[in-house]
Amino acid sequence: MIQLIVFLPLIAAIVAGLGGRWIGATAAKVVTTGALFVGVALSWPIFLGFVFGHSTAWVEPVAVWFTSGDLQVSWALRVDALTAVMLVVVTTVSSLVHLYSWGYMAEDSGQSRFFAYLSLFSFAMLMLVTADNLVQMFFGWEGVGLASYLLIGFWYHKPSANAAALKAFIVNRVGDFGFSLGIFGTFLVFGTVSIPAILAAAPGMAGSTIGFAGMRVDTMTLLCLLLFVGACGKSAQLGLHTWLPDAMEGPTPVSALIHAATMVTAGVFMVCRLSPMFETSDTAQSVVTYVGAATAIFAATVGTAQNDIKRVIAYSTCSQLGYMFFAAGVGAYGAAMFHLFTHAFFKALLFLGAGSVIHAMHHEQDMRFYGALRKQIPFTFWVMVIGTLAITGVGIFGIGFAGYWSKDAILESAYASGSVHGGLAFFLGALAALLTSFYSWRVIFLTFYGPPRWGASEHIQHALRGHHDTPDEEHGDSAHDVVMPAKTGTGGYHPHESPWTILVPIGLLALGSVLAGQLFHGIFVDAEQGPEFWNGSVAFDAHLAHATHEVPLWVSYTPFAVMLVGLAIAWNNYIRTPDAAGRFVTQFPGLHRFVLNKWYFDELYDRIFIRPALWLGRLFWHGGDEGTIDRFGPHGAAVAVGVGNKLTARLQSGYLYSYAFVMLLGLIGAASWAVWWAR
Amino acid sequence: MIGLAHYLTVAAILFVLGVLGIFLNRRNVILMLMAIELILLAVNINLVAFSAFLGDLTGQVMAMFVLTVAAAEAAIGLAILVIFFRRRGSIAVDDVNRMRG
Repeated sequence: MIQLIVFLPLIAAIVAGLGGRWIGATAAKVVTTGALFVGVALSWPIFLGFVFGHSTAWVEPVAVWFTSGDLQVSWALRVDALTAVMLVVVTTVSSLVHLYSWGYMAEDSGQSRFFAYLSLFSFAMLMLVTADNLVQMFFGWEGVGLASYLLIGFWYHKPSANAAALKAFIVNRVGDFGFSLGIFGTFLVFGTVSIPAILAAAPGMAGSTIGFAGMRVDTMTLLCLLLFVGACGKSAQLGLHTWLPDAMEGPTPVSALIHAATMVTAGVFMVCRLSPMFETSDTAQSVVTYVGAATAIFAATVGTAQNDIKRVIAYSTCSQLGYMFFAAGVGAYGAAMFHLFTHAFFKALLFLGAGSVIHAMHHEQDMRFYGALRKQIPFTFWVMVIGTLAITGVGIFGIGFAGYWSKDAILESAYASGSVHGGLAFFLGALAALLTSFYSWRVIFLTFYGPPRWGASEHIQHALRGHHDTPDEEHGDSAHDVVMPAKTGTGGYHPHESPWTILVPIGLLALGSVLAGQLFHGIFVDAEQGPEFWNGSVAFDAHLAHATHEVPLWVSYTPFAVMLVGLAIAWNNYIRTPDAAGRFVTQFPGLHRFVLNKWYFDELYDRIFIRPALWLGRLFWHGGDEGTIDRFGPHGAAVAVGVGNKLTARLQSGYLYSYAFVMLLGLIGAASWAVWWAR
Repeated sequence: MIGLAHYLTVAAILFVLGVLGIFLNRRNVILMLMAIELILLAVNINLVAFSAFLGDLTGQVMAMFVLTVAAAEAAIGLAILVIFFRRRGSIAVDDVNRMRG
């Protein structure tokens, strides 16, 4: 059964990818979407089996992969509560995104390729979450990276998409380098790559030291930090986050599936999967907490100033991943996975909703050209509002949207952990929650309220002139240099609601965003049900779970309060006094520029990494390749032949007497040889 | 008494003159032909000298052959020269470089 879930998408991807030319786009779409819906139908029973407690973890061996000395690696599918959670998240979101893409990609010429990539991604992600050993996990890890690269660069004729795809791939290489070092180190220390064996042996290694880079360091801290570098790369944590916003160059369904709901959460999943390891090192845990909290607050600030609707949501993803990491860092792995679970629903919903808006607005992504859309596309408006209510964590007294449950669980756990880093994470998290509320409502207000401002958009004008854009293509952000378009009005354009293939997936995700927290919070974070459900698949801390119930009242109400504050600020700035935002910008231009330019991370990396790398590359290119190898190799040989030719050509003067002279010399040579040497 | 060595010396001087005549002569193809004749004559003197010295007539027979070949060669050379002059209007050696590579 689990084999079917994992391998059907692979088969579908092969059929659609290699055979798409013969079977046609529709057949390719049916095959891939069908495979994923079969996966959904099979994974929910597995998940519910764990929820109701009549399933226990099992491992399905598939095949031996390779054996080399002590290192034996086999393909094996591990199913436990943690995997079951990821299974439903991956298959559900993936199948809905497949369905959504029927509508969203309907006009694209490369549909079978697109669906093949999507299914390939789903296969790799499922391999990752069912991995029983680190090498197989790394296989899935790289597989999702590859699929992500292919899908970001799906519109390969668009230079910005290619650049973004390369950036995602290269930044992820940094993280993967750390991850592979972590795997090597783990094998060195434990003599195995099997995850259960490692986790069983990990507590015994606590406190030992190992030589690394000429120093003696704590073994477990080192291994955890190396693995965490990998998690940072994949999950876009501060420092290695720069690829995620650029990844929005891909089609919107890809952003929803890969860069919001599933792939970017792989890092959180990995930390939770290896949680017994992380539990052995306080240093590693506090690093995870600090990085997570810093990412949460950093990304939230950047999200407040972006104008591209997808970029706002991308930074929001980054910020929410920060929450998950600091939850894991304070030891609340249940809360981290819970937020991963709920976030998958509402973030996929927000992305797909944004995709629906973009679809309606003829591929305009700049929110400054939206406005007043709630009457035009009411269904999209309502699901976006539900998604926003979920992400901002609306709810009180035990009734609320998905984000209310998971975010509160994280913040309370951070506070209840009692450690310094936990306390800091709580305050940063609360501040980030305020910003989350602000920028999420800002999206809603700019998009659906206020006067229509579509007239100034190039995309809309294209549409009015009967010009047909292919999705998300042409006109990057650079097309709009103005701070606020002076021209308002509809320009005579009538946005249209999306087809049912788009509306059904977002409707279902909206349902998930409403109910996921309410239904499942018990098994994920509750002190009694949690240990039963997780059953050792994560290091669930029942004491911490208990402690979250005993936090002071102001701690439990903080998330709700900051949510209201954020909403109030957004309402004031974009509804009550629409020019408030502009006034703020003119009052603090430096701050606005700093945030708008994403804290200048890209510029900083350009200075310290990209330019030296290009300089070094140019040095090797001009100095090493052209200057040395070519110069003394092929070019040198060619020049030597030319010069030799000139010299010998000069011998052949055409004058009779010089030929006669040469003949004579030859004769003398021959005679001398005959007389002296040939005797 | 004039001995073999004297003959050989004269032949060698003539031979060297002939060789130098070929290399150093930059003016005239006829001079070149004459230089070749000179070389052949030097060889002839050698042949005849050795023939007389050894009392063997074979050398003198060879000299006869060489004279015949030299005459034929001179005739062909002069014929080529005439035709060359008709085509180029000059027999200066410096102009004869059409064989340049």
